[in-house]
Amino acid sequence: MTVFIEAAIKVAVAFVFIMLTTLVLVWAERKWVSDLQNRIGPDRAGPFGILQTLADGLKAFFKESIRPTQSIYLLYLVAPIAALIPALLIFLVIPIGAPIEIGGTTYTLQVMDLNIGLLYVLAVSSLAVYAITLAGWSSGSKYPLLGAVRASAQMISYEAAMGLALVPVVLLTSTTSIAGIVDAQQGTFGSFIPAWNIVLIPSFIIFLIAGFAETNRPPFDLVEAESEIVGYHTEYSGFAFALFFLAEYINVFNMSALTVTLFLGGWAGPVPSFLPTWIQWLVPVFWFLLKTWAFVFLFVWVRATLPRMRYDKLMTFGWKRLIPVSLAWIILCAVAIGFREFGAPWS
Amino acid sequence: MTVTISEFFKESANWAFLAIAVPTLFAGWRTVTSNNIVRAVLYLVVSLGGTAGLFFMLGAEFVGWTVVLVYIGAVIILFLIGIMITRAPLGQEADLSHAMNVKAPAALLSTVVFGVITWAMIDAFGNNMIPPFEPTATSDLSLLLFDRFVIPFEVVSFVLLAALIGGIAIARQDEEVVS
Repeated sequence: MTVFIEAAIKVAVAFVFIMLTTLVLVWAERKWVSDLQNRIGPDRAGPFGILQTLADGLKAFFKESIRPTQSIYLLYLVAPIAALIPALLIFLVIPIGAPIEIGGTTYTLQVMDLNIGLLYVLAVSSLAVYAITLAGWSSGSKYPLLGAVRASAQMISYEAAMGLALVPVVLLTSTTSIAGIVDAQQGTFGSFIPAWNIVLIPSFIIFLIAGFAETNRPPFDLVEAESEIVGYHTEYSGFAFALFFLAEYINVFNMSALTVTLFLGGWAGPVPSFLPTWIQWLVPVFWFLLKTWAFVFLFVWVRATLPRMRYDKLMTFGWKRLIPVSLAWIILCAVAIGFREFGAPWS
Repeated sequence: MTVTISEFFKESANWAFLAIAVPTLFAGWRTVTSNNIVRAVLYLVVSLGGTAGLFFMLGAEFVGWTVVLVYIGAVIILFLIGIMITRAPLGQEADLSHAMNVKAPAALLSTVVFGVITWAMIDAFGNNMIPPFEPTATSDLSLLLFDRFVIPFEVVSFVLLAALIGGIAIARQDEEVVS
């Protein structure tokens, strides 16, 4: 029974955490973008406009949700929920801090640790494409349909590159469990350089680029392209649209957290041993959040800096650059790790 | 060892099995009877999701998530894109019902496949019980795949490669006619 109680508490905490994070994230993005563009940004709702997201959320909630006459209504309603659920599910396997020990029992700061965590992450994130495809098709209009086809083609292409970029990580750490990957990064090269997976630099870069495309963020935001070309959610309004919006921001945080977990040692960082125990528990969480927010800032920075890519260039880049490079890099890594494990074949 | 119906319903795991298997079967049936091609594909997704669920029940996490990743997340999505690019019916107008001379061989074929697989399962396992809820380590699975079953594995990959090249060859034929 205690297993269920522990799981329930963890899920509840994770849910509240991710919702609060998203609330801050939306506000922070608007503030940062306006700073980068020499504007003021939201400053009326609460101190520094921090309640702006809440106000926008309430507005969306009370707005009328228009029901397109040609839509297939059940699927039209299911699509935003199908966008949100994978976003929430991915967060469940990310460890946000070092395991803590209370009264002889060790608790992990991770809702669940799967033997095949990495496969789970890829599988669940591939489900997000359904939300977009369904939204476009069930709207019963040709513009969302075109937007959905374009978006799903983009997401599938970059999903392949992302999956391939993770293979060297698995080769290096020889585990697919997310907690295992973090543990494998705890050591150091020499005496002080942390042994993070970022040494797999091509993997890291490809994963990051694919992450931008997967979350539909600029410069790959043709998926929505709110200002000029129509996207899959053209027919959505009110709360249903807000759910798509929420899912996108949760995905930005998830992608940053995954990058940190897989390549930058997760919660690894120096923990001073003179501090009281409960602060020692919080220090890894602090390191995790610091690294993750640095990547969140990168997402925002890129959005404020880079223009949108043209669609054919996007597909060429994905299929003709990223995927061949990842394949070559996998072979190189496999050979190198084979040498290290088994020695040269001729010796 | 046979199980009576009342014994079957006493086991709570069997209820979970039914909760997954019945929707899976229903979705499979609707996949072949739906008149709208996009709906048929979506029922196929539900059916495959149920299959993944059954694998989870058996503790085969790796196979279950692979079904989700490969079939639901990639293959079916490609179907959907293909359909939407070419002939997405925005309403219900696409009529997929076929004449009896198409339906009968399809029904026959699927019955034969079902029979062969069932026979193979019973022949191989009989009354053997698989120890419940022992998640298979991924490393054991990969050792098996790349050691004992490496030849069948490579053969399957080779067939897929041939299919890929064939697909490219068919797709490129148009260009040659033009030039």
